[in-house]
Amino acid sequence: MTEVEKHRDRSPVPAGWTYAPAPESTDIVNLRDRYGLFIGGEWVPAKEHFTTVSPRDEAPLAEVGQATASDVEQAVAAAREAFRSWSRISPSERAKYLFRIARILAERAREFAVLESLNGGKPIKESRDVDLPLASAHFFYYAGWADKLEYAFPNRKPKPIGVAGQIIPWNFPLLMLAWKIAPALAGGNTVVLKPAETTPLTALLFADVLRQAELPPGVVNIVTGDGTTGAALVDSDVDKIAFTGSTEVGKAIQRRVAGTGKKLTLELGGKAANILFDDAALDQAVEGIINGIYFNQGHVCCAGSRLFVQESIYEPAIEKLKRRMGTLRVGDPLDKNTDVGAINSREQLNRIEELVQAGKDEGADIYQPPCRLPEKGYWFAPTVFTNVAQSYRIAQEEIFGPVLSVLTFRTPEEAVEKANNTPYGLSAGVWTEKGSRILWMAQQLRAGVVWANTFNRFDPTSPFGGYKESGFGREGGMHGLEPYLAFDGSETFGG
Amino acid sequence: MAKAPALPRGFQLPLEQRLPRIGSIDQVAVEQRAAELAKRSIKKDAKVWALELAIRCCDLTTLEGQDTPGKVAALCSKAIRPDPGDPNVPSVAAVCVYPNLIGAAKERLAGSGVKVASVATYFPSGQAPLDVKLRDVEDAVAMGADEIDMVIDRGAFLSGRYAKVFDEIVQVKEACGAAHLKVILEVSELGTYDNVRRASLLAMAAGGDFIKTSTGKLPGAATLPVQLVMLEAIRDVHEETGRKVGMKPAGGIRTSKNAIQYLVQVHETLGPDWLTPDLYRIGASSLVNDILMQLRTQRTGAYQSKDYFTND
Repeated sequence: MTEVEKHRDRSPVPAGWTYAPAPESTDIVNLRDRYGLFIGGEWVPAKEHFTTVSPRDEAPLAEVGQATASDVEQAVAAAREAFRSWSRISPSERAKYLFRIARILAERAREFAVLESLNGGKPIKESRDVDLPLASAHFFYYAGWADKLEYAFPNRKPKPIGVAGQIIPWNFPLLMLAWKIAPALAGGNTVVLKPAETTPLTALLFADVLRQAELPPGVVNIVTGDGTTGAALVDSDVDKIAFTGSTEVGKAIQRRVAGTGKKLTLELGGKAANILFDDAALDQAVEGIINGIYFNQGHVCCAGSRLFVQESIYEPAIEKLKRRMGTLRVGDPLDKNTDVGAINSREQLNRIEELVQAGKDEGADIYQPPCRLPEKGYWFAPTVFTNVAQSYRIAQEEIFGPVLSVLTFRTPEEAVEKANNTPYGLSAGVWTEKGSRILWMAQQLRAGVVWANTFNRFDPTSPFGGYKESGFGREGGMHGLEPYLAFDGSETFGG
Repeated sequence: MAKAPALPRGFQLPLEQRLPRIGSIDQVAVEQRAAELAKRSIKKDAKVWALELAIRCCDLTTLEGQDTPGKVAALCSKAIRPDPGDPNVPSVAAVCVYPNLIGAAKERLAGSGVKVASVATYFPSGQAPLDVKLRDVEDAVAMGADEIDMVIDRGAFLSGRYAKVFDEIVQVKEACGAAHLKVILEVSELGTYDNVRRASLLAMAAGGDFIKTSTGKLPGAATLPVQLVMLEAIRDVHEETGRKVGMKPAGGIRTSKNAIQYLVQVHETLGPDWLTPDLYRIGASSLVNDILMQLRTQRTGAYQSKDYFTND
């Protein structure tokens, strides 16, 4: 258990009424002992394997293939082969496959939700109510575009680009898969997807959905592995790389594809500012701040990890925030009443611990509500740092964990200046009852998404992406189609 | 330092950064939070505990023109012993009736510990001169009511005459004497969550011991987001003054599942201190039978026919 600062604690810790455990049953998930690679519609055995565990108790779940460069080559070749016919079938036929995938995902939602929580550590209420409905919705949404590309980009003659290599992160494994695969297929491309090393299982189960949907072999190929597999995919004969993950790796990928003619989109880190004005609806704002940083244990690239509070409301706001933190239920991701689940991996836990230590050393005040963390598995208590200076590492670097840094401001101009003073620019939140101020702030903030009086809301129709070192290219909405299309007059690849 | 202009009963215009501000409510966010809390999964022992608490917090209510001493007597028997087949099931908190039936209820409930609550102040509209309302309260107290459920003057509130609403509550509170005062906001006539919050703070500042959502005479009575807004106002008053004001949702709570959702909200907003009939009540008439059925299901593992539970 992490060190807990004994603050004057006014949190209503349950005394008379302790909720009985309400675990979601795992019976619905049938895992194999060992998974190969999904190439050309078949399971191809891998030469080496690694074990994927559940972060809630470190229990091994399955052995997963470690794809080599030649495996990746084989997958790209399969995708290239499939591209010939897939890019030529009528767009409305392509749409049918996507609709089918969307429906199957919705039908098998519980199975996928349980597996997502088991392998990734996120609370079942989130995988059930957020990840799965959104993943399905993305396929539905892009299914609708498949035969309307000419209308999305009038007079530009959109064409598919070829084979897309897609590398996705571990924080929303299935949802990021959907964000990547749905627009690629709608545009008539084929795909080689590499799931994150720590969370490959829902992608492997998704292969089953593809077979159920009778998607032609090779249109989607799934190769699992660590960073070397990802590097092999970047270097392979693909026409486009789409990557979601850390800024560090994103920069490395950009260096590697420079001069190759491969198209590239990057969705990278963030250090979002959540800006609380003194006229905001305070209790709802606190709820939004909590959701902004503790949703998915803070493993969210657009998490509201920097809170800027107007000084005139600072004390009541922080008091309310701390009290609310006391009612967060941290524990078994599969319990339906869990609000904050397990940290995704040992590696990530180490990084969070290192940065939290840095915050303490730099002189910020730490607060963690009293909570009992499970002994096994990877856990970190919800944490807030107050008295944080703009120059501290915890105000600069992405922690990617349940750690909030609180800073203050006096005027809207100062809030904007401080919020923008970061290499990142993925998202921001504004909390005020004043509509004109919301519009003004949204114009000033250098962030791809600005939420007003809410946070972490996603919808397939809405484009998502970053400014500055948070990446380039947009996913979602009509904009999300563009990276997967070549237009009349521009060079086409692959075909 | 400047002295804050004093408002009645401890509410001051804040000259420092502190609560309570009147503040505002974001409709989308408060409904979202209420919907999330409603998804808590309460099982086994936790469920039985909650169901028994819901019974202990119940104000068993009949407010009909056709009420008779016989009807009230039947209700009182139910209040004392909700499930004749199971002596472990506790009594409800109170029986809530019109003033004319206080006597009948008093007689039947004598010695049981179950309180008699009466509506007053020209319930349910409140559209009468103040002296008539006060007389209504005085009479109810004189007839032995332990608790008075008053209605605020929504006409005055909606036309911005907050002082009139405030003064009325203050005078009704005085007329109550030792009787507890529950202030009915009639939220479905207030129209916005902002108004619910304002009326809640007003009622507490004027001395209400409880704030209550509804008369039960209108559709769209108690809802989970409305209760959440009221609980947060109660929390702010407690934080600022240390005073604990009670909460009573009324109207529309008919199932055990729904009752548990209301209790979860209290638990996670105000904490365990409020999970007592002294600070929490549920105004209901048909809820009790559904809870009895659920309790028996928990005990025996099987649902029983409605015919095993008395209609009173």
